[in-house]
Amino acid sequence: MTLEVRDLRVEFPTRRGTLTALDGVSFSIAPGEVLGVVGESGAGKSITGLAIIGLLEPPGRISAGEVRLEGRRIDNLPPEEMRKLRGRRIGVIFQDPLTSLNPLYTIGRQLEETILAHLPLSKRDARTRSLALLGEVGIPAPAARYGHYPHQFSGGMRQRVVIALALAAEPRLLIADEPTTALDVSIQAQIIALLKRLAAERSAAVMLITHDMGVIAETAHRVAVMYAGRIVEVGSVRDVIHAPKHPYTVGLMGSIPRIAAKRSPLVQIDGAMPRLNAIPPGCAFHPRCVRRFERCFDERPDLMAAGASLAACWLHAAA
Amino acid sequence: MILLRRIWDHDLAWSFRRSPVTVVAAALTVICVGAALLAPWASPQDPFDMAALNLSDAFTPPAWEDKGMASYPLGTDNQGRDILSTIMHGARISLGVGIAAVLFALVLGVSLGLLSGYLGGRVDAVIMRIADVQLSFPAILIALLIDGFARVALPGDRHDELAIPVLVLAIGFAGWVQYARTVRGSTMVEKEKEYVQAARVIGRRPLAIMLSHVLPNVTGPVLVIGTIHIATAIITEATLSFLGVGVPATRPSLGTLIRIGNEFLYSGEWWITVFPGLALVVLVLSVNLLGDWLRDALNPKLR
Amino acid sequence: MPLLKLERVSRDFDVSPPWLNRVLDHEPRRILRAVDQVSLDIDKGETVGLVGESGCGKSTVARLIVGLYAPTEGRIEYRGRRLQMIFQDPYASLNPRWRVHDIVAEPIRFLGTPQKVEELLRQVGLSPDDGEKYPHEFSGGQRQRISIARALAGEPDFLVCDEPTSALDVSVQAQILNLMSDLQRRLGLTYLFISHNLAVVSQVADRVGVMYLGRIVELAPAAQLFSRPRHPYTRMLLDAVPDLGMSGRPRTPVRGEVPNPLAPPSGCTFHPRCPHANERCRREVPAFIDGVACHAVLEGRI
Repeated sequence: MTLEVRDLRVEFPTRRGTLTALDGVSFSIAPGEVLGVVGESGAGKSITGLAIIGLLEPPGRISAGEVRLEGRRIDNLPPEEMRKLRGRRIGVIFQDPLTSLNPLYTIGRQLEETILAHLPLSKRDARTRSLALLGEVGIPAPAARYGHYPHQFSGGMRQRVVIALALAAEPRLLIADEPTTALDVSIQAQIIALLKRLAAERSAAVMLITHDMGVIAETAHRVAVMYAGRIVEVGSVRDVIHAPKHPYTVGLMGSIPRIAAKRSPLVQIDGAMPRLNAIPPGCAFHPRCVRRFERCFDERPDLMAAGASLAACWLHAAA
Repeated sequence: MILLRRIWDHDLAWSFRRSPVTVVAAALTVICVGAALLAPWASPQDPFDMAALNLSDAFTPPAWEDKGMASYPLGTDNQGRDILSTIMHGARISLGVGIAAVLFALVLGVSLGLLSGYLGGRVDAVIMRIADVQLSFPAILIALLIDGFARVALPGDRHDELAIPVLVLAIGFAGWVQYARTVRGSTMVEKEKEYVQAARVIGRRPLAIMLSHVLPNVTGPVLVIGTIHIATAIITEATLSFLGVGVPATRPSLGTLIRIGNEFLYSGEWWITVFPGLALVVLVLSVNLLGDWLRDALNPKLR
Repeated sequence: MPLLKLERVSRDFDVSPPWLNRVLDHEPRRILRAVDQVSLDIDKGETVGLVGESGCGKSTVARLIVGLYAPTEGRIEYRGRRLQMIFQDPYASLNPRWRVHDIVAEPIRFLGTPQKVEELLRQVGLSPDDGEKYPHEFSGGQRQRISIARALAGEPDFLVCDEPTSALDVSVQAQILNLMSDLQRRLGLTYLFISHNLAVVSQVADRVGVMYLGRIVELAPAAQLFSRPRHPYTRMLLDAVPDLGMSGRPRTPVRGEVPNPLAPPSGCTFHPRCPHANERCRREVPAFIDGVACHAVLEGRI
């Protein structure tokens, strides 16, 4: 396994008490595998990504559990070592390409510096490699654009540059947080295809965080569905999309509008994701669940076998 | 009771409690303001009542010095006025001028900033160019100019009684630019927001939108600037008075007191100038600290 | 008689740098044509969807219709009672300093409609007690409900909805879409529904217009547009929609990006990205005939 996360718990101490943003999150990603992490805002999917790469905003902290990268524990590394690890072993792609690029340097310089910082290459080799990378991510005429600044690129091209940067040091793990959300549909499809191809070629593990089930369906092998800081369902993409097991996933899938489907009212899940300071006891989804029963009110379900997938729902408890 | 509870629980109250420096500054401010407000009743002596003055008590040092007298805790000046009393009355004038000048600058600056930011175009260009020109002069120079102009324009006998309003206008006028700039910036951000467009779709007039929608959303920074500006305005007033163009010596502010005392500094009567000076420092410093705290507390990024 | 009629409506924006910079740098004035010769009829009771990528001018069309912008050219005729608008960002569309009650009551007080705030709140699925709260106490979906209540307070017969669910989570989006179609049925509303999301538009719209660089390139009944798209751009957009069914259908890879609207390509503005473009497309702007603006379609080449 490239990435293993065990019982991860993230807390935000505030003056009104400690908020638990993640609670008992466990998953793993194999080399060459794309794990989609899907959830609505407030589910904790971005926090999971940030916790893994050690970029939780203070006062947020990992209070329990562990994160292993290729068998080595990384959640307790000092910040300096973690910084080296990001870029070298872990590539990161954020939603807004502008936050990942330094506006004052040309993209060529940024790529070269990243490569030189992480790989034992000469300046000339670094340049050759940068140009090859830019070509690989689909930047037309890389040599001509090498000396351009980030603002001279369009949104889609910028995201390609960010992907080139993330891949520069041949990382083993790629964490992509909403990589296509800020882009237009036509660009989105191009970026998804690119991510998928590059990850497969390098057999890197990819954690793809998104709210868009469509992106997951196109890209991921497995998918983890998050709700209120916990994973409520994990399974292969096909199983989760076609035969969701957790009532939340069922509702989520039903609420996604589809083209060409005969028009009928969308399935709606009433209510909204609870805020961190008001997570219900028992199963956090029970106030919105149409299939709840007594057990759901005060006993919290862990992931259990449900068909070919795992679901955190008492409906699937062995009788 | 419930209201008190809510105030106590408010984020501002919380960040206030957590900052000891701010609590001390607030306490000092309350003491200064209280002493100034209550001066006519609480001061040991009425320094403006000629009949109450005793010239033979002139130049009495503070009570703890050799020739000090218990009835003049901080000593007296050349006319036998009790220093503590003059400070209390002086702070009253300083604070009054400072606050009034800030209110004037605030109303003028916020109005012009709103108009400039919301209407844009030529109105904006004119207002902002005036602001640019004014910013190229030091504030004290502008206040001096206005004050000087008033001196020439007003007949001599009217001048003394109008001195304080003129001072307020002069200091206030010298300070409107920073309000206008800040409010203009926030207004330009707010007017693009969809709630303003929603009000326009309903058909509300620009002035109504400016006052009822935009204004409440741009006041946060104004409050911070205003607080810090009070300190600056007090200093400006003190400077003008020290230069002799501020309030008349018959109703001295802290600045006037420092100027009067300055003449005696080298002849050994240090207390006449040092105590008003200290009072000024404490007042300005505590107001400034309050302003700094308010700025940080209202800034969501630093929270 | 259509309820709303747009006749060759265009809108320019002056995006020149300030006068002084322009003179010093010898730069000409720069005019951005955000909407170019758009004609559109909307009948009472129908929902017309308008789709396109960012910068295609769809939001400008919305703002032209409700009068937030004046058209540079062309005419907009409205024969109904009143237009209102629902905005995209539920966080920016409610004044954070106003109580919900005052927000919803603003159109009532200003326009003098006989609506009741409590009734409106109930109608959009909120409790009358919510009127005492401030917007920040609500989630995105609830805020969008408040926004809808405010729009209804003006007693409109036409609602312009600019990406009303784009900022919402899918499960909440479903709630809002269901609420909107429910209200349409009960109140006989007419909608112009603007979105970049084709799937959402396919759920709500009776007719759909596709915009590219300020022009409508295709306009057709929804069923027809989604099953038999004609314009190459519409086809490309449909191909780009992620496939939830995972049918593994073959897809033409999407090419290129939207060009800079300040310097749009000559002729048909889509020609640099179009697999069917020829010399005529590079030269000549295609006329909008019979629901589509494309030389290749009209010549029968595709």
